[in-house]
Amino acid sequence: MKRTTLALALAAAASFSAGALAQAKEQFVPANFYWVGPYAPGGSGIAGGMIDYFKLVNARDGGINGVKFTWEKCETEYNNARGVECYERTKKHPPTGASLIHPLSTGITYSLIEKGTADKIPIVSVGYGRTDAADGRVFPYVFPMITTYWSQNTAKIKYMGQLAGGMDKLQGKKIVNLYHDSAYGKETIPVLDAQAKMYGFQVTHIAVPHPGNEQQAQWLQVRQIKPDWVILRGWGVMNPTALKSAQRAGYPREKIIGVWWSGAEEDVIPAGDAAKGYIAAGFNVSGSNYPVVREIQKYVYAKGQGEMEDKSRVGSIYYNRGVVFAILSAEAVRTAQNRFGKGQPMTGEQVRWGLENLVIDDARLKQLGAVGFMQSLKMSCADHEGGGQVKFQQWDGKQWKVITDWISSDQKLVRPMIEASAAQYAKEKGITLRDCSKEK
Amino acid sequence: MLYREAGQFKSTYGEDQQIFPIRQDRVAIAMLLVVAFVVIPLFANQYWLSAILTPFLIFALAALGLNILTGYAGQLSLGTAAFMAVGAFMTYNFVLRMPWLGILPSFILAGLCAAAVGIVFGLPSLRIKGFYLAVATLACQFFVLWAIQRIGWFTNNSPSGVITAQAVGILGYAFDTPARKYLLTLAIVTVMALLAKNLMRSETGRAFMAVRDMDVAASVIGIPMMKTKLLAFAISSFYCGVAGALYAYTYLGTVEPEAFTLDLSFRILFMIIIGGVGSILGSFLGAGFIILMPILLSVVFGAVSHATGVQVSHAVLSNLELMIFGGLIIFFLIVEPHGLARLWQIAKEKLRLWPFPH
Amino acid sequence: MNVAFFFEVLIGGLLSGVMYSLVALGFVLIYKASGVFNFAQGAMVFFAALTFVSLLERGVNFWLALLITLAVMVLLGISIEKVVLRPLVNQPQITLFMATIGLTFVLEGLSQLLWGSQPHGLDLGIKDVPMEWLADSTGMFISQFDLFASGIAAVLVATLSLFFQYTRIGRALRAVADDHQAAQAVGIPLKHIWAIVWAVAGFVALVAGLMWGARNGVQFALTFIALKALPVLILGGFESVLGAIVGGLIIGASEKLAEVYIGPMVGGGIESWFAYVIALLFLLVRPQGLFGEKIIDRV
Repeated sequence: MKRTTLALALAAAASFSAGALAQAKEQFVPANFYWVGPYAPGGSGIAGGMIDYFKLVNARDGGINGVKFTWEKCETEYNNARGVECYERTKKHPPTGASLIHPLSTGITYSLIEKGTADKIPIVSVGYGRTDAADGRVFPYVFPMITTYWSQNTAKIKYMGQLAGGMDKLQGKKIVNLYHDSAYGKETIPVLDAQAKMYGFQVTHIAVPHPGNEQQAQWLQVRQIKPDWVILRGWGVMNPTALKSAQRAGYPREKIIGVWWSGAEEDVIPAGDAAKGYIAAGFNVSGSNYPVVREIQKYVYAKGQGEMEDKSRVGSIYYNRGVVFAILSAEAVRTAQNRFGKGQPMTGEQVRWGLENLVIDDARLKQLGAVGFMQSLKMSCADHEGGGQVKFQQWDGKQWKVITDWISSDQKLVRPMIEASAAQYAKEKGITLRDCSKEK
Repeated sequence: MLYREAGQFKSTYGEDQQIFPIRQDRVAIAMLLVVAFVVIPLFANQYWLSAILTPFLIFALAALGLNILTGYAGQLSLGTAAFMAVGAFMTYNFVLRMPWLGILPSFILAGLCAAAVGIVFGLPSLRIKGFYLAVATLACQFFVLWAIQRIGWFTNNSPSGVITAQAVGILGYAFDTPARKYLLTLAIVTVMALLAKNLMRSETGRAFMAVRDMDVAASVIGIPMMKTKLLAFAISSFYCGVAGALYAYTYLGTVEPEAFTLDLSFRILFMIIIGGVGSILGSFLGAGFIILMPILLSVVFGAVSHATGVQVSHAVLSNLELMIFGGLIIFFLIVEPHGLARLWQIAKEKLRLWPFPH
Repeated sequence: MNVAFFFEVLIGGLLSGVMYSLVALGFVLIYKASGVFNFAQGAMVFFAALTFVSLLERGVNFWLALLITLAVMVLLGISIEKVVLRPLVNQPQITLFMATIGLTFVLEGLSQLLWGSQPHGLDLGIKDVPMEWLADSTGMFISQFDLFASGIAAVLVATLSLFFQYTRIGRALRAVADDHQAAQAVGIPLKHIWAIVWAVAGFVALVAGLMWGARNGVQFALTFIALKALPVLILGGFESVLGAIVGGLIIGASEKLAEVYIGPMVGGGIESWFAYVIALLFLLVRPQGLFGEKIIDRV
């Protein structure tokens, strides 16, 4: 027993020191995700996609200008305390510390905001997290990139307007907001109320207590209200249960429009036939026929180095979402390198600059092999969202079929709300707003 | 041989009644305090301070609270996380609405609010016992969380229900670095642990233990049931409330009601079972075990897979961690059902003789 | 107030309650025979459902998969009793309870280790759609799956009751539940009995897992079903099979009625605590549950 412990300790020490020697030109990204628990499908899918893309960049391009990506996995169990512990463990990882962090949980994002800002490590919360962090003047180190919950909501209402035949036709319509009773679920209540006033529709908010495996009462209420649409803002088991309960209550699934955390294969497959016709929003699409995914197959899976044990998951919504996360990270590093030194590992502060000045236009999307896979975006000092567009897809029983083009959000409504909320946070914390015109 | 009372004479009642009557104990505690207060902040790196030691202290405090209720007074409770939530959110409200109070009085007042909630939900204990009481306290757990989420006043009407803890400062001295937060937590936990130890040695503590052992006999000899049980709930909830406030203010920085789920209550119950029910030291040992074990497992697994170069899917590793954690709990319960504190006591007993055989 | 709607909520609630009872039955069985509050019942339900569905997906025939899963659950039950509970015999209840929580972690990790963490759909051949003739005639939407589940639950309860009343093993189980030492004194082999109890609990977990899995899909959240069963247990009493059913019906109905009629007044989401509060109020009147055994304290 003693000898084994000694051997293990020596091995750990050896690996640690050997590791330190080998890290000359590497870009470290912590992979703090969750592979156990109720949200494991999402966590493992996104982790797989992200790490596979980094492997692709390393294998195909030799890294970003010769600087290869490295990562270390840490299990957060979707738990705030574990998330903070994983962050603290790897934030000083050589050579330049953590370049950025994807918490993959709104709760962990909230807990890391102040720490990341103090440690100068950007927190990238793509499509989740703190919506008002889109105001980069108050939150220089937090990046809710591509779309936030409020933007997504306005895009959804726009889509409903499209379906109704015009935004003016929304007058008098009834919408039910079925939300998960948590911080995540309650985020869109104010913006929906604001839009209800603007467009004249009636919105009823119905809460589903965590975890959401009993929704009979809620759907009976829905049936009484007879809404034109139901917005499903769920997470985990709440999603398939909602679809099944809708079937039991006789509510057509074509009229249920889910958010992007309710719109993956894992959310509909358990519901079986009840899920056919259900529509969900997304800022990325499913499918393995995109050039970037094919490249991953070619350079990573063909060599047996892929992350996903179940290869059929390559190309699923969560997997592709992970690829999008990695593309954003890689491009941010590239942008930072263009400014601070090509071929050098970037620090967190430099990557932050890279994120803030990130531009992915259609030409670049074509080079990345991601046209239609993700949207173009342009980040700026004041705007940490950068994209704001949403696509809608429908489940046909076997896969998600995209049924719309990119629908942009209503930033005229959302941006003032974001700025007001961020200003309140700044007042509470005594933060002075950055002057974006003065920074380069 | 080294650890014995031979030769230590007490000449006053004060000396006889002190918490650590044996000189070796006093020396050991003094050294521990010196290490904790002076050595660690100087030499520990930030990871240890902010990710391991501070949560260890906070959970030890919560475990202490639960131990007072379940270990000393025998009332099984699964609502610990709810009391912590009350402490956290009430501290937020006191600091927000009455900033002239200062952070320490806010902690105390929030603890008192948690105590009030504890008394209300402890009322069933007058009628219900054992597991039925445990499941009844679940009503408290779920109701309190629902109330905090539903009543906007608690979260200052934030749309998402998340609160960000304000900066901690006492008389102008800001507690913003990990070392300072650690010291503040350590100071509060030390004082409260000392109070708890003394409380349990006093008449109140004896009343608690009488209720735990045989409550009918206790009421026969004149111990008032209602007062004792409700006092146990109140004190325990006070401790948990302060622990919850510290959890928000010196550790996570931001709290949402979802941070205080049933899972957390179970975790704290684990801590006192593994550490030893009815033991102040046990709360600390149990908290250390539960906090460090998952981290240790993941570091060991990481090192092993690094060293051997075997690429195991992380899902497998994470699930193995979970299984080993559960297995270790079962193992500990089988090997030493009275917890780590009992193991420590056995060690001390053996130290009395060592190095002599008898 | 629409009377038909009220009945719909009520009947839906009763049927929901039956589903809770299915899970509660497993708890009751084990508590009755060995005094252990088996918190791992939720994880056992999950493990059973996941094993079954994974076998199905690998092409195994439905009935064969059912048999294999049953065998696995029985084996699991027996090994749990032997490895975890027998070394802990005579420990206070709280220690055993904690051991079963540790067991929950082990089972959760094992399930996902063996079968992966992806969610699965489970199709038992009964469609979860409202019965059309009922909907057309009365406007009430009652799912035929719910009725099927109640039927299964009724059969299960009847079988268990007959088993306990009329078979030798059943009587032996009741004897053990009453008094371990007396049962041993008359020659009942305790270890065998406990193994049988855990095996039967495993079987009940399988049935519950199939019903819930078909209802909501087989995924990790199935383990949370145990939390829904707890108020049922308090209400009905920990040791009573009948209590599990009656408690389930009461909890299911009152929970749904409260959520529909009282919920909107207070912002909704009261389902998370309402069942517990109802059970708590019942306890204040009857501290051992409706059908539980009176706790006799000897001083």
